[in-house]
Amino acid sequence: MKQSAGIRDYDWWLLAIAFAICGMGVLEIHSATHSSHLAGMHWRQFIWIIVGLVFMLVLSRIDYHVILDQAPLLYLLGVVALVAVLAVGHSRFGAKRWIPILGAFLQVSELVKLIIIIVLARFFSEVRTDRLMLADLAKAAVLTGLPLGLILLQPDLGTALVLVPLAVVGAFLAGLQWKHAIVVIALGAMMLPVGWHFLKPYQKERVTTFLRPEEDPKGSGYQLLQSKIAVGSGGFWGKGIGKGSQNQGGFVPVRYSDFILAALAEELGFAGVFVTLSLYMVLLLRLVRNAQRANDRAGMYVVMGVAAILGFHVLVNVAMVIGYMPVTGIPLPLMSYGGSATLFVFMSLGLVMNVRIRRFVN
Amino acid sequence: MRFERDQKLPQVRLAIVSYVIVGMIALLLVGFWKLQIIESDHYAQLAERNRIRSIPIIAPRGRMLDREGRFLVDNYSSFSVLLLRDDPQQVERNLPQIAEGLGMPLEDLQQQLEAAKILPRFQPIVIKPEASKADIDFIETHRTDIPVLEMLMAYRRRYLPDGFMAHASGYVGEVSAQQVESSNGRNRPGDLVGKTGLERQYNDLLMGTDGMRRVIVNSVGREMGRLDEKEAVPGKPIQLTIDYDLQVAAEQSLAGRKGAVVALDPRTGEVLALASRPAPDPNQFAVRVPREEWKRLNEDPDRPLLNRAIQAQLAPGSVFKIIMATAMLESKAIPEDFSVFCTGVTDFYGRAFHCWQKHGHGQVSLHRAVVQSCDVFFYNVGKRLGIDRISYYALQMGLGRKTGIDLPAEESGLIPSEEWKQRVFHQKWYPGETISVSVGQGAVTATPLQLARAIGGIAMGGIFKQPHLLMTTGTPPEQDFSLSEETTEKVTQAMFGVVNEGGTAAGVRLEGVELCGKTGSAQVISAEGLKRAGRQRRFSDNAWFVGYAPRRKPEIVVAVLVEEGEHGASAAAPVARDVIKAYYEKKAKRSQKQYTVEYKRYEINPEPTVAEAQAAARPAPRSQEPAAANRER
Repeated sequence: MKQSAGIRDYDWWLLAIAFAICGMGVLEIHSATHSSHLAGMHWRQFIWIIVGLVFMLVLSRIDYHVILDQAPLLYLLGVVALVAVLAVGHSRFGAKRWIPILGAFLQVSELVKLIIIIVLARFFSEVRTDRLMLADLAKAAVLTGLPLGLILLQPDLGTALVLVPLAVVGAFLAGLQWKHAIVVIALGAMMLPVGWHFLKPYQKERVTTFLRPEEDPKGSGYQLLQSKIAVGSGGFWGKGIGKGSQNQGGFVPVRYSDFILAALAEELGFAGVFVTLSLYMVLLLRLVRNAQRANDRAGMYVVMGVAAILGFHVLVNVAMVIGYMPVTGIPLPLMSYGGSATLFVFMSLGLVMNVRIRRFVN
Repeated sequence: MRFERDQKLPQVRLAIVSYVIVGMIALLLVGFWKLQIIESDHYAQLAERNRIRSIPIIAPRGRMLDREGRFLVDNYSSFSVLLLRDDPQQVERNLPQIAEGLGMPLEDLQQQLEAAKILPRFQPIVIKPEASKADIDFIETHRTDIPVLEMLMAYRRRYLPDGFMAHASGYVGEVSAQQVESSNGRNRPGDLVGKTGLERQYNDLLMGTDGMRRVIVNSVGREMGRLDEKEAVPGKPIQLTIDYDLQVAAEQSLAGRKGAVVALDPRTGEVLALASRPAPDPNQFAVRVPREEWKRLNEDPDRPLLNRAIQAQLAPGSVFKIIMATAMLESKAIPEDFSVFCTGVTDFYGRAFHCWQKHGHGQVSLHRAVVQSCDVFFYNVGKRLGIDRISYYALQMGLGRKTGIDLPAEESGLIPSEEWKQRVFHQKWYPGETISVSVGQGAVTATPLQLARAIGGIAMGGIFKQPHLLMTTGTPPEQDFSLSEETTEKVTQAMFGVVNEGGTAAGVRLEGVELCGKTGSAQVISAEGLKRAGRQRRFSDNAWFVGYAPRRKPEIVVAVLVEEGEHGASAAAPVARDVIKAYYEKKAKRSQKQYTVEYKRYEINPEPTVAEAQAAARPAPRSQEPAAANRER
């Protein structure tokens, strides 16, 4: 019954936009690191992109229905991996997030994000009503909550939070009722002080300095300030590639990764930012469009799961760069340097292509 | 398929998500618009402040030269270790390593950091003012792992060793907070300014204007490029009236005894030598004065920080008799052939007044009274003149008031009068006090500088030039109290006799030089007080001698004070003679055209020679050093 589903049906526009963003990322990584001991980093990023493309190709070939069939097993694998990383994981920057896979250190939580997209797509596609029942909402919360808690234990607040919009968007599309939404928001608000209690000191510091930056001009408040200085001093046209003093002088923190947009904003100005954010917007809208044309609800949930995670990344990272949110350590998809993150984005795009090329399949 | 396909999609909700995405991106773009367009200038300024660091270029201070162009105070270059404080975490991390590398206590560093908290963070602080070779090596080799250290070239003052001329030159130190405030932005914290002496008096001339180098730095303060540079304007050198040779003679002859030597040219008021001992070594202050050292200097009972030449206010003793003699002749209140029979003791107002010569001088007139320093004669003169007339003449000849020398903190001494006693003590003046004042005891006090100026002025016939240390071309201010030719002749003849007619200073006679002068041995405590306290060295008499040459129109006058020297003739007069002798030897060579300026280093400790010192100070600042003729090294 299955008809041929091939590369011809890929969303080439989506891929082109992704490449454009990757290109700007590689360019800015080069600019930010070429004169430092990190020189050559843009080549490494380039290689990650190629590897990502291969993963995307592979993942798009396996029918997502087949993958969704294995959701319970994948979920189990994900949870086991998260427990394993807590037990034997490799510490970096004070957090256990890495386990050695394929000779490189991969961030397990990136893989888990992918798994949760699949698990929730499967779960919501089995909810048959137009109105999401409270019991189903609770089940979805538990399904998301377990890995989220495990990631929190690493501790990696940023990645853990990424799972939240995934569940929220899924629930919304599954027919979340307004009264439930209000109850959940109210409950969440009540949980905030409790959650605060569980934050690590450095996380608390990030939040307090975000709320009152003048109290810590050198810590994460300093990072935010330097980022804003970089962005603001860029002006409309920017200072030119390789000419941003905030970027080249190393004033912008991790300017090749989490704060890459600050570096870009300084060197390419508002014009560059406008182009970049427009690309992200088109990318996200393109994902929604693919969801709208999915063959079934399951495919839609997969694509929208990807959209939710990427959109959340963009929102949180960009808002941080302009000082609208505290420092969370969430990279900008496709632009920030990082192997695991790049692989994740391309694999999730692989899922999107997977759904797309099967949109006419019946 | 284990799950059924549902092809009914929630299109409305998907559309809502699209709008949320557009809204989200729009919101973020508004945020960028606000930063990059509206507040762009503000952030551009902050970025500039981040990337540009201003590094001061220290201007060398002007040197001090003697009247023949020889260096009296010089500079040498040294490196200060700067701590860049832009990155407190980095500083925190590096601090123990820095403490070890520079050999400084960690607590000391932490204290300095704490004290600098009030300064803006981009302003580096000097943590070690004088870096050794090892310190420089340490900083160079740890450039990468300790990026917070920097070196700053600075100039330090080099004074001649062992406190040579230290009281005249003064010393420099870090500017005080009050000075910074009152300087209208000329001084910045950490600047070196003159604290005492000529360094302070001519600070504005000597101090240059620091330059500024603006460099591009990265976030850890590493220099990445240069922008512009404002050159430092070196301070102006000053030429002093001091004659190095005479200063050497004075210092060597005083030989570290507690006292002072002032040599003036009475024709111009030029100070040829000015020595005061004990003296601190200002080289030790050139960097930072250790607290204990400062405390020790301040609490030393010998008061090494006191410039005795202008600040020691002591009874002038018999030197004052010259003032008395001049007053007696000028006032004509007493006939000039007035004479007294000295038995060694006399009685006034029911109290016995002794002459220093227990057996008495016999019949004495003015000339012999000066030559032999007869106290009884001057007791009688004083009684007849009265305190107010004595006071009038003494003041006219420059005692009891500041001479106006170009040094800070000069003292005025004291010439008592009836009015003064009433004003200060609310008491009537007792006639017996006048008797004491007549021989330079009692309330009367004077500084060595005042006495040199007074005696030199009298020998000049009543022209009292204002003493000064800075070589000027103009005519210095003077105090004209013209004496009659007769008075001048008589008084100078008497002072000639003191040395040349078997007087009290007969021992310092100089062949071929009309050396004149007056000795003095002043009690520090009354005879009764001395008996009570028992004879201790602390109460030994102060020895004075003021000598000059030639007898009329003198070229040099030298006042010498040797505290606790007992006798003016034996302790003080030889010092004056040595200085005057040096002056005449030099003059003789010059008239025979054999004179070349020599700069033999004044030495007590084996220190590097001046030539070596100057070689070490190279590369020399672009100073406008005057072409000193005939300088030999």
